[in-house]
Amino acid sequence: MDWVAFSLSIKLGLVTVAVLLPVGVFVGRWLAYARFSGKGFVEAALALPLVLPPTVVGYYLLVSVGGATPIGQAWAATFGHNLVFSFEGLVLASVIVNLPFAIQPAQRAFEAIAPEIREAAAVSGLSPWSVLRRIELPLAWQGILMGLVLTFAHTLGEFGVVLMVGGSIPGETKTVAIAIYDRVQAFDTASAGIMAATLLVMSLATLGLIYRLSSQVGRRHG
Amino acid sequence: MADDALTVTLQQKGPIPLDLTLSCAAGDVLALVGPSGSGKSTILRSIAGLYRPEVGRVSVGASTWLDTSRRIDWPPYRRRVGLVFQNYALFPHMTALANVAAALGHLPRQERSRRAGELLELVHLADLHRRRPAELSGGQQQRVAVARALARDPDVLLLDEPFSAVDRVTRQRLYGELRELSRAFPIPILVVTHDFDEAARVANRMCLLDRGRILQTGTPRDVLARPASVQAARLVDLRNVFEARILSQDGPLTILDWNGRTLQAARSEAHQAGAKVAWAIAGTQVLLSRTDLDQADSQPNRFSATIRDLVHLSESLAVTVVLDGPDAPVLSMTLPAHYARRTGLGPGSVVTVALMPEGIHVMTAEGEGPSDCG
Repeated sequence: MDWVAFSLSIKLGLVTVAVLLPVGVFVGRWLAYARFSGKGFVEAALALPLVLPPTVVGYYLLVSVGGATPIGQAWAATFGHNLVFSFEGLVLASVIVNLPFAIQPAQRAFEAIAPEIREAAAVSGLSPWSVLRRIELPLAWQGILMGLVLTFAHTLGEFGVVLMVGGSIPGETKTVAIAIYDRVQAFDTASAGIMAATLLVMSLATLGLIYRLSSQVGRRHG
Repeated sequence: MADDALTVTLQQKGPIPLDLTLSCAAGDVLALVGPSGSGKSTILRSIAGLYRPEVGRVSVGASTWLDTSRRIDWPPYRRRVGLVFQNYALFPHMTALANVAAALGHLPRQERSRRAGELLELVHLADLHRRRPAELSGGQQQRVAVARALARDPDVLLLDEPFSAVDRVTRQRLYGELRELSRAFPIPILVVTHDFDEAARVANRMCLLDRGRILQTGTPRDVLARPASVQAARLVDLRNVFEARILSQDGPLTILDWNGRTLQAARSEAHQAGAKVAWAIAGTQVLLSRTDLDQADSQPNRFSATIRDLVHLSESLAVTVVLDGPDAPVLSMTLPAHYARRTGLGPGSVVTVALMPEGIHVMTAEGEGPSDCG
């Protein structure tokens, strides 16, 4: 068992979730309530990572923030190392790949709140911020949490984009999914088997949690 | 007008046309009545700040909530307004008590629960504090919604079809409770409804709306029995609307020529002899008897007719008769339920109808074309 790779995967999952929590809430809420032309285009763009091969996302990340690009050079000048092939680069890739997983369930959860409920809250004297805190979040939290659990599970299993943007640097960018690949390449099937089984159990547990949450969301708004 | 009255002016071409000015004094219950699409709910939403009309002004007492000409548009949470939604829109994740307390943000935190309890007691829900909306009946949810609307200590109370989602028995009880509330909270109260009976039961004033315009304002009794126009008469479902010509004004009476029949009506000053007018009579102002026209000299407006249809309703009898004559006008009336049984009347029976002169309401005729009524 490659504990370094395993803890790196967990860390990457947690950081991605931490970044995507506010993104999921605010972008999801915005897409649920805002009416503007081009909304369909924005939604489609945010859903792209669902259908693009991870290598395509990884490729575009490399050509937009790689060491030779202006963004990559600015990053290197500020932080002293490249954005690609670093943990931060991995976080950026992971956040982009997981945008639809975090945003869509949150958006659906906000959409499920009847407009009159929000209007009633405003008429009851609650400011927009209070409406979010006391009415919308308590009604939508299951959807938001579902998105985050999905994000975490997906991050653990992500392979293509991690390899493209992160390489396989132990302790820095070598996640458990990549470690499994490495072990198999080295004919160390025993280690690969343990790690694969661990991922399998964790994924199953997360998916079980998601189904439980989604059935509760259905009950509440059904 | 009292200082804390509500005045509303709204104008826009679309998507929901509006062109009206209305006011409601403190302590008054004003019913906004009209068919679907007449703009009733939009008026309430504009007052609450949930809808922004193209041109509008909403003021309560000294404060102006909306004035498009001065770019004033307070957000809903700053307008002191209580709004009871048609489907109540209670917060599903909160108990009844928390729903009411949520609207008590203006009170110190420790007082909110006590005040919410008082309000629930006021709407007769003292023992259901801990229940969530899903665990309450329709009538109970409506009361929580009313308590929540009152919690803000509102300057105006707005109710959007508040009785549409409860059963008939509960509705009767809630009518009484709303009248009590209007005495306990002397603020302007607006009730949207499409039911004239309901308007008459809960409101002391009524606004008849059609396509964003006010056709008539007055007491429910006046609006229902004395519509200002043929259009208003149709909207309040007054079926007996006919055309006639004024023959003369005779003391307390106006004498009409109704296709050759002479009619005596309560005097209507607004029209000259010879003028073409419309007239209407409520079904309750038409009397029916089996007797012949033997008393024709002593009672005015008596005509021979044949019963066309007779429908038993829960407490009354709806009867339509066809009057003799080439124009064969049809009159609708309501009679006590026992009437047909006692007199043995049925379809085809020949009867005499008498139109009470004080029940005949004369209006301006509609346009140039012939009436399509009767």
